[in-house]
Amino acid sequence: MCKDCGCSIAGHEHSHDHHHHHELSTNPQLNDKKTLSVIHKILDKNDVEAAHNREHFEEHGVMAFNLMSSPGSGKTTLLEHLGDYTSKKFCVIEGDLETSRDADRLKAKGISAVQIQTGSACHLDAFMVHGALHQQPLDNMDICFVENVGNLVCPASYDVGTHKNVVLVSVPEGEDKIEKYPVMFRKADVVLITKCDLLPYFDFSTEEAKSQVQKLNPNAKVICVSIKEKESMQEVAHWFEQELAAFNATLETV
Amino acid sequence: MHEFSIVSALIEQCEQLALEHQAKGIARVAVKIGALSGVEPQLVKTAFDTFREDGMCKGAELEMDVAPLELDCKACGAHSIPDEIAYLCPVCQSRDIKVSGGEEMLLMQLELIYD
Repeated sequence: MCKDCGCSIAGHEHSHDHHHHHELSTNPQLNDKKTLSVIHKILDKNDVEAAHNREHFEEHGVMAFNLMSSPGSGKTTLLEHLGDYTSKKFCVIEGDLETSRDADRLKAKGISAVQIQTGSACHLDAFMVHGALHQQPLDNMDICFVENVGNLVCPASYDVGTHKNVVLVSVPEGEDKIEKYPVMFRKADVVLITKCDLLPYFDFSTEEAKSQVQKLNPNAKVICVSIKEKESMQEVAHWFEQELAAFNATLETV
Repeated sequence: MHEFSIVSALIEQCEQLALEHQAKGIARVAVKIGALSGVEPQLVKTAFDTFREDGMCKGAELEMDVAPLELDCKACGAHSIPDEIAYLCPVCQSRDIKVSGGEEMLLMQLELIYD
């Protein structure tokens, strides 16, 4: 039983893979001061909670994806349309500063969505996601998307307990966003260049975008997508399904 | 501006450690912030100055070591600190590299005050 949330996870023990090693040494000149040497991750508490969230998802056989991008690059729109291209069942945890508009849009499409309103917080953290994941019927799901607060900076620092990171950049934003926000794109497992139907109207070089992504993360895949181009949506759906299949294979071997 | 939430996590961690070691206060907090950790060192400093107003970190000095991106090449074995933000070996151009520094956010040391 998880002591933090009361939710039942069989044989649950948080896997603390970090070793607390404290060394206390006395300063010979100042007997009233002691130096304590530690090497602690500053976001350790968040990381422990994130690992806990991952255990939850895995317990239900659900793979979780963290969707990150600047505001307005098409995260919600992508999710609204994804259901037309995959038979996999998915739910969404939505993060925004205010309003439940995004969750309402998804619910209107029959997608189970829970909205987190962060108030003034510029990112979701593992604790917020934990609160929301208990409101989702994970047993009936294959995938849970966490749609982070629209922001290319802060969400990159927080592990929310998902398995893979999806970063979107839309054509009107320009491909220079990749180079300008390296920490975010470094975290990406896949980069979706969205609104590609607008390519004829903007000076967006998909080749340049791909080479910038490669510089930061050679293993990241780049997919050009537009909800108006069915084949591109099929490619995105296929990527998620492939990831899900690989994820399920790892669950079976455990 | 996520630096405020990161610093509040840092201060919470410092206070907990000080309590565990029965200290009366904290004189110095040493952290290591990777250049590519996603936090801005100047904002960390500002946030720390704001948050240390009360509690055990009151009056504590923040010592910050900004760690550059460091790569170990698995192909040629070179250890390098690249001039630009690129995750490839500047010596042999291989992308088969291990990041050995520059992405961390760590509390390294605390100077605790006793009677």
